[in-house]
Amino acid sequence: MAGIVTDGNAGHILGDLSYGSALDAENVALNWLEKNNKSFGLYINGQWVYPDGRQTKESKNPATGKVLATTIEATEDDIKNAVISSKEAFKTWSSLAPHVRSRYLYSIARNLQKNQSLLAIVEAIDSGKPTRETRGVDIPAIIRQFYHHAGWAQLKDTELSGWKPYGVTAVISHWSFPLMHLASRVAPALATGNTVIVFPSSKTRLSALLFAEICIQSGLPSGVVNVVTGSDSRLLVSNPDVDKVVFVGSVDDGRGVRKLTAGTGKSLSLELSGRSPILVFEEADLDSAVEGIVEAAFFNNGQVRNSRSRLLIQELVQTQLIEKLKARMSKLTVGNNMEKNNDLGPLTDPQLCQQLKQLVDGDHGGEKFQVNLVTSDQANYFPPTLIYNIQTSSQVYLEEFFGPLVTAIPFRTVKEGITLANHSVYGTSASVWTENLSVALEVASQLQVGTVWVNAHNLFDAAAGVGGCKASGFGRSGGKESLFEYVLPTWQNLQKPQNVNVDINKFGTASNSDLLPSASASGESPGWEFNKTYKLYYGGGQKRPDSGASLPVLNYKGEVIAHVPDGGRKDIRNAVEAAVKVTGSWGRKEGHGKAQIMYYIAENLQSRFSEYVGLLSAMTGQTESEATQEVDLSIQRLFYWAAYCDKYGGSVQESTFYGVTLKLNEPVGVIGIVCPENFPFLGFISLVAPAIARGNPVIVVPSGKYPLAALGFHQVLETSDVPAGVINIVTGDGDALTKTLAEHHDVNALWYFRSGEGSKFVEAASAGNLKRTWVSYGAERNFLDADQGQGGELLYHSTSSKNIWLPMGDIFAN
Amino acid sequence: MEDHRNQGREFDESLFKDVKINLSAVARRASDLGSRRAVKKQQQAAWELRAVTCIDLTTLAGDDTPANVSRLCFKAAHPLSQDLLKLLHINGAGISTGAVCVYPNQVKAAKEALVRSGYPNFPIASVATGFPCGQTPLKSRLAEIRSAVADGATEIDIVINRTYALTGDWKGVYDEVKQMKDACGAAHMKTILATGELGSLRNIYKASMVCMMAGADFIKTSTGKEGVNATFIVALVMIRAIRDYYRLTGVKVVGFKPAGGIRTAKDACVWLSMMKEELGDEYTSNKLFRFGASALLGDIERQLYHYATGYYPAITEMPMG
Repeated sequence: MAGIVTDGNAGHILGDLSYGSALDAENVALNWLEKNNKSFGLYINGQWVYPDGRQTKESKNPATGKVLATTIEATEDDIKNAVISSKEAFKTWSSLAPHVRSRYLYSIARNLQKNQSLLAIVEAIDSGKPTRETRGVDIPAIIRQFYHHAGWAQLKDTELSGWKPYGVTAVISHWSFPLMHLASRVAPALATGNTVIVFPSSKTRLSALLFAEICIQSGLPSGVVNVVTGSDSRLLVSNPDVDKVVFVGSVDDGRGVRKLTAGTGKSLSLELSGRSPILVFEEADLDSAVEGIVEAAFFNNGQVRNSRSRLLIQELVQTQLIEKLKARMSKLTVGNNMEKNNDLGPLTDPQLCQQLKQLVDGDHGGEKFQVNLVTSDQANYFPPTLIYNIQTSSQVYLEEFFGPLVTAIPFRTVKEGITLANHSVYGTSASVWTENLSVALEVASQLQVGTVWVNAHNLFDAAAGVGGCKASGFGRSGGKESLFEYVLPTWQNLQKPQNVNVDINKFGTASNSDLLPSASASGESPGWEFNKTYKLYYGGGQKRPDSGASLPVLNYKGEVIAHVPDGGRKDIRNAVEAAVKVTGSWGRKEGHGKAQIMYYIAENLQSRFSEYVGLLSAMTGQTESEATQEVDLSIQRLFYWAAYCDKYGGSVQESTFYGVTLKLNEPVGVIGIVCPENFPFLGFISLVAPAIARGNPVIVVPSGKYPLAALGFHQVLETSDVPAGVINIVTGDGDALTKTLAEHHDVNALWYFRSGEGSKFVEAASAGNLKRTWVSYGAERNFLDADQGQGGELLYHSTSSKNIWLPMGDIFAN
Repeated sequence: MEDHRNQGREFDESLFKDVKINLSAVARRASDLGSRRAVKKQQQAAWELRAVTCIDLTTLAGDDTPANVSRLCFKAAHPLSQDLLKLLHINGAGISTGAVCVYPNQVKAAKEALVRSGYPNFPIASVATGFPCGQTPLKSRLAEIRSAVADGATEIDIVINRTYALTGDWKGVYDEVKQMKDACGAAHMKTILATGELGSLRNIYKASMVCMMAGADFIKTSTGKEGVNATFIVALVMIRAIRDYYRLTGVKVVGFKPAGGIRTAKDACVWLSMMKEELGDEYTSNKLFRFGASALLGDIERQLYHYATGYYPAITEMPMG
């Protein structure tokens, strides 16, 4: 917009080298709003619908408070219509040839690209994001998502054979990255053949509605993507015809969704927030680390899952780093997000400022450095803030928040740095700053997070997954790993149990144990088998149950053939303790070593082959050939998973970045396994083997009906060099043991293969520490079948991916 | 000018020996610079005018003669035409480039031209010390400096000894530069690191520190003759060194001069913005910041013309330098 110099002239300001104003133009977005009469309907089944009598909500520009448009508050009926449309569209969409779906995704990518500027400005005025970021980061990222996933759509049958889409997928995105969250879930969902209902955050609705227009432009068939707006996403989550829920948001909201979907059979991915550690070691490029901290703490006004940073500084360089950081922070500018010269804009929600103020002014015992806010009297601007010299028990160090605040504490050694970083309920991402490659890699491998950046922060790409562990949830976005969030094994029918009644408060509290002495089988004088002592097995040894009681085991004829310990809460507690103790060493044990142990288990089982055949027949009444098959397959499964000990470590992601993005398939952690009642031995082996092969210690509850083969298995384990605590076996009342495992916060995942009621309980109770769950909803699984008994599903549940970004480069000239 | 003399300090290897610089992280910050700040309209014009005052208008060619050198000198003293100044409502007095920059053999011609046109005190910079490679005996390199100063150069752009730098003989670099500083006498010394030949960003930092310790008044990226010249990546490293040296000494006496490849007005504004953000406002004046450039001025003239009139002029409408 050059023009004739009129009132002012350059001469006036010759001596003044201030930036002045460089406002980004809003016109393109305002025109779009005008075109829609500043009023939006719901996008259902390829139509904009404006149902009568609905409440509306105003979308406001957080920088100015100005109303941008009104949107509809969808009712349960509206959501039902959307779900019906998605369900209908799924029939054709899922049966299209991969190439056809690929072309649609490609078309979306093309149309997003054509409307980059509009998308960037709409996103900025609705969320408060600086346009520098929406133009430079958000929009290019969503375009890349659709190009990348157009590729996955094309390769669906090649790369995901044996897997099929869930069906109706609800994507509930968060206001921190309205479009990025949307795109990185919608793209893989569509690519794998699901249909999608988008439910944008109530705070930032407009860009999702614009995305609906992009879908129309792209010629996407009706109902493949529906967009509904509203304030209560629970209406969508609880709709019975939704098959898959992907939720992005805060940990507390995630817990709510976990409870809401418990027992319904809906697959759930939770991508929740956290407090990311930034570890600065003594050998770091401190000036670059400072830039990384700025990126980590203040990108998107500090409203990032990967921010809310815990800055951990090696004591030796603390003073220097804090000094440099303060100097850098004092250059940060806060104000109107349309202004190109502002580093930070307004927070999306004015309420966030209140929480931040309380944290910053609270009793944290540290020192505060805050950038001067020269900008405005608007309530939703918050100055970039550093709080340092605080203690690990300060509330400001612990609490989850959104906003431009970073807290710093010192550490002494590399080991202590890792300990501090991992000492958190959250696990989203971390950055590691050091020029020492050995330090960087060791730290990166030991951090309990989904993403680690070395000498960088906030690098993203569609080809590499992001997502968390621990209370930051489960599920991934990006990379091949994310595709598995949207598919289930082809052989499986999605279980959607209706009306499962279970009293969550009472489940597992009443012991069903029959503690009265029981007569031996057929009243004859007890044989050796009857008097054989079965004990619990944990921590590498046989242990008597805390209760001091036993449970009778009946054979298929109803005769008591043995007694097993009646284990309970304390026994589970001890077993978990043993498992936790070995988590690190077993998880890091090299694949070859684990395989040797598993082959040894198989070998020792082989030498007891006939004993197990006999035991299984005696318990279950199986014919000898049936029992022989079960034992034989068990040995095969041990071999199968022994083979996988050193063949699933990860891969290199082909991200758009100069360096190496490593995906590591790491262990999940301590896994509780409640075995099915049927296949008392094969079921036990089929579940335990993949878990330990991939480095997870397990606490196993064997079949309640026929526990002897599994419980007696310790004899094999003891002769096979299995380290103490890797496999722990506890018998007792199944519900009571399940309850303890489900509620134990040191258990990272729980697999449950019993009743629908128990499944519902497990999923509801898992909300405590947001452990991963895998439940059967009461459906039987045929462990004899290879797909069911040793499918890729087991690998998925036995691993948790971590992406490590290793930038490279030292050459800049000669 | 006396207040902007770097006194230097004792050689101290501990100040740079263990420097850690991560190229990929520096590159990310460098690419960020141009997008985090912007100047438009009136500000843009003001920044472009400031850039003009920071230019060392340069000719370094084998075929330089008094004819083109005197043209250059007059252009340096009057970088913007009367027409343009009128359009901008600016009184021309005060707007001149930072200096002219010529080979030692042309200093005399430059001085004569400037005296003739009434600018006897206009700064003349000269590249000395076996420019651009520095592969001549120290004795003759020092003699070049003395000769240029005697002929009227007020600023000397020396090149450092890359043989010493690449073999890790930083004390050797220091000693040479220190002798050069002595040879400069009252003239300001700019030390050219020839960053494109130093191999690593760590070496660039080390060379920066060593030169500042040896008394450099400016540290300069390149001769313009290396394969890679003034990039923002290299600049950030040198600027960090300047910042660290300031922390050490407490005086803002070392300036920065990027040279080679800077051609557009837009780039010039990013360079100024980098100085402002990374070092502070005082580093945006020609006392502490210079561009080594020959084509930049032409683009700035055109941009200013466009700002003033709303249309883009043909190159022939801009007076030749």
